[in-house]
Amino acid sequence: MKLTVWTYEGPPHVGAMRVATGMEGLHYVLHAPQGDTYADLLFTMIERRGKRPPVTYTTFQARDLGSDTATLFKDACLAAYERFKPEALIVGASCTAELIQDDPGGLAEALGLPVPVIALELPSYSRKELFGTDETFYQLCRALAKPVDRTPEVSCNILGPVGLGFRHRDDVVEVTKLLDAMDITVNCVAPMGSRPSDLARLGAAHFNVVLYPEHAENAARWLEREHGQPFTKTVPIGTQATRRLVDEVAQISGQAANLQDDDLRQPWWSASVDSTYLTGKRVFIFGDATHAMAAARVARDEMGFEVCGLGCYNREFARPLRALAKEFGVEALITDDYLEVEHAIAEAAPEMILGTQMERHIGKRLGIPCAVISSPVHVQDFPARHSPQMGVEGANVLFDTWVHPLVMGLEEHLLTMFRDDFEFSDAAGPSHHGGHAPVPPAPEAAAPTKAAPAPKSIEDLVWVPAAEKELRKIPFFVRGKARRNTELFAAEQGVSEISVETLYEAKAHYAR
Amino acid sequence: MNDHTPLGCNAAPVLKERGQHEVFCGLTGIIWLHRKMQDAFFLVVGSRTCAHLLQSAAGVMIFAEPRFGTAILEEGDLAGLKDANDELDREVARLLERRPDIRQLFLVGSCPSEVIKLDLSRAAERLSQAHAPNVRVLNFSGSGIETTFTQGEDACLASMVPELASTDAANLLLVGALPDVVEDQARALLSDLGIDNVQVLPGRRADQDPEVGPNTRYALLQPFLGDTAGALDKRGAQRIAAPFPFGEEGTTLWLKAVADAFGIEADHFDRVTAAPRARARKAVAAAAQTLSGKRIFFMPDSQLELPLARFLTRECGMEAVEVGTPFLHRAIMEPELDLLPGGARLSEGQDVEKQLDRVRADQPDLTVCGLGLANPLESEGLTTKWAIELVFTPVHFYEQAGDLAGLFARPVRRKALLAAQPAEVTP
Ligand code: SF4
Repeated sequence: MKLTVWTYEGPPHVGAMRVATGMEGLHYVLHAPQGDTYADLLFTMIERRGKRPPVTYTTFQARDLGSDTATLFKDACLAAYERFKPEALIVGASCTAELIQDDPGGLAEALGLPVPVIALELPSYSRKELFGTDETFYQLCRALAKPVDRTPEVSCNILGPVGLGFRHRDDVVEVTKLLDAMDITVNCVAPMGSRPSDLARLGAAHFNVVLYPEHAENAARWLEREHGQPFTKTVPIGTQATRRLVDEVAQISGQAANLQDDDLRQPWWSASVDSTYLTGKRVFIFGDATHAMAAARVARDEMGFEVCGLGCYNREFARPLRALAKEFGVEALITDDYLEVEHAIAEAAPEMILGTQMERHIGKRLGIPCAVISSPVHVQDFPARHSPQMGVEGANVLFDTWVHPLVMGLEEHLLTMFRDDFEFSDAAGPSHHGGHAPVPPAPEAAAPTKAAPAPKSIEDLVWVPAAEKELRKIPFFVRGKARRNTELFAAEQGVSEISVETLYEAKAHYAR
Repeated sequence: MNDHTPLGCNAAPVLKERGQHEVFCGLTGIIWLHRKMQDAFFLVVGSRTCAHLLQSAAGVMIFAEPRFGTAILEEGDLAGLKDANDELDREVARLLERRPDIRQLFLVGSCPSEVIKLDLSRAAERLSQAHAPNVRVLNFSGSGIETTFTQGEDACLASMVPELASTDAANLLLVGALPDVVEDQARALLSDLGIDNVQVLPGRRADQDPEVGPNTRYALLQPFLGDTAGALDKRGAQRIAAPFPFGEEGTTLWLKAVADAFGIEADHFDRVTAAPRARARKAVAAAAQTLSGKRIFFMPDSQLELPLARFLTRECGMEAVEVGTPFLHRAIMEPELDLLPGGARLSEGQDVEKQLDRVRADQPDLTVCGLGLANPLESEGLTTKWAIELVFTPVHFYEQAGDLAGLFARPVRRKALLAAQPAEVTP
């Protein structure tokens, strides 16, 4: 038993729904009680879909339990087939149905429907949403992908986009452009955008481009084994990764590497002098492993940030994330407990967070700006405009969206110079964020206070009132860092009371 | 009053349906209950699905320190490797240690906890003893196999009734969790009428919970509180039957029933209610201009459908095409059914696909439905109102009558405003 308030991932059958909802011509019969239909709103409200997810819920009740939930399930299957005439059916159990052990797969098969019926085993009490997407897509490929001849021209499949994915719609457009420029045809985009009959022809492609390993890695491995299709390992988020993907595709396909980069503005935007202020900004990164790892590289190598924390919530990818964190010299944070994430962020006192909707809220509470880089996300992160994360335009979008929450270059200087100007008060936050002024950092008492969340060794540090006052003169967007550095410095020096001198000695010590 | 020929819809046939339901389970009630009861914590004993439901239904509104959580059952708990009761005791102890401000803890049952027959009432007893006198531990079920959406509040309040202190006083008990501002308005009206010994279930804090006894009379504020009413009856309290306080007419009839029960003079009643009645009528009239003559279809959701259909037909000039309700509690709904103009199709339960076929055939001007159905219906060209807003927004009594009508008028007005530019649905 584990107490949870907010979760990064839903149950695994929600993962199966994300696959089914991205597709056409597939229907999902889910053995589940009525309340589980809430999952529809994720798609209709958050993603603003104009169609109901293709899911039939059996909605059994307590009074059915003793008698015949199995018949209820069979009836639901038949009715769903009759009404929706899908090309294939997936069936499975939610957490409650898993306990009553009706065997949806066996029951559905016995109905002798004239279309493929694919049974999903998604253990609700040990696995989560991303296991559900990956496993569902893998099972669909196994059941549906037939041996077929390769296309005469060089072609590939794009694997990984699903319903409710963070910018999946736009990423597919960008990656298709990259492939176009290399004269590579896209055979199939799956799961999102495909039908079961398209999956039957997956084998016609020469290779696979995997955009989101958390949704498609198992399927890609199986296609490699069974259909001899190699797959790409680079996730093209950021300028450098996009170039690397182009090279990787060239190597796999034998086509000449060709990147159309006329519209690539991110490198110059980063190099131009206004961006100097971005240098060394300390960022804390948390999300799904794919997006978190990509963001870490972009942050360091393309924005000139310092990555002060890196983590992911999907344990399945803990190993590569740990390796990357090591390379960055930070400790990897692998957890699905948002309180733990909040604690780690408070402790690291970053100047910016790159995270999910949870970190956005954590940032609000701690007064730290945040840009969203990964699912789970809310309705505002499904924009009307084209806003990819991948490819050329994706690199431009990353620059814009990550810089937006920060105080701009010149403004930063003005705030420092005129910090006592009542109209230019730092408490108001970045001036271009009208109504969204970040809350100033946690209230600081006038009396000597115990240090804010910090490593144990410096827990007993005390700020004298004058130093506390001086600290508050420092603009809010660097105050967290100043406090933390001063405390670290004081602890190292064996000082137990922080005075104004300690503050400025620390400043000199950390000057760069 | 002595005429026994059926008025309204009381004798109308009810279409009973059994098929796929598209509704929330009772856990959802926690989202407003935990705000109302300021020293209560709601601990769902359930699965990741339950936690995800609460999070999705709550959205981001209440990200900051919610007083609810889910103890997620894991493989070990199910395989009997760990004693689920020991686990629960441990989690509760940890929780109460972290939140010393909590005075009442509700253990909330879910489908999984019920299917594995985890006895939460015994757990509540045990934990109550362990944490007395600081914390009172109660339990109720919000599971989807037992409860539909607002029935969670009913189950919660019903679980509180046996614990209420006894009294012989002739008090008035208002039953239902309303926003504080609305509750205060109700109290003010009653006090103007001369009814002063008024208490509310649930209290805002544990020490404000009402007392109940043979001289207690109670009036329901919400139509979905059938089990709570039953529990109060068992304690000897008497229910004041009335339509529900929605709209000018509903509020007046509700107040009148209460006033009659307390022997308030008619003249005095009229004097007290005249001004707010006029205000409410005026506020409703503004929205009624938009709504008058429009046809409305209610999908079953919150059990508020019948009273709302009564309000919209009688005060806003709408025509009810179908009024669906997840559950029709005849005894409680009788006064509503008496008032509802005949001609509406009444349905109980749901087969969502068949019901959607009826919506398409009827082509109503406004369809009241859950969040999962709203955008899909809009993309078919229909106009919708999400039902969940009706339980999250202050809509009871005179001063909210105009807001209530406005909730229905807004989507209709919006549709008209955007009519010049038909929306192509992309995904
Ligand atoms: S329907 Fe049952 S399993 Fe689903 S969220 Fe509600 S209580 Fe949990």
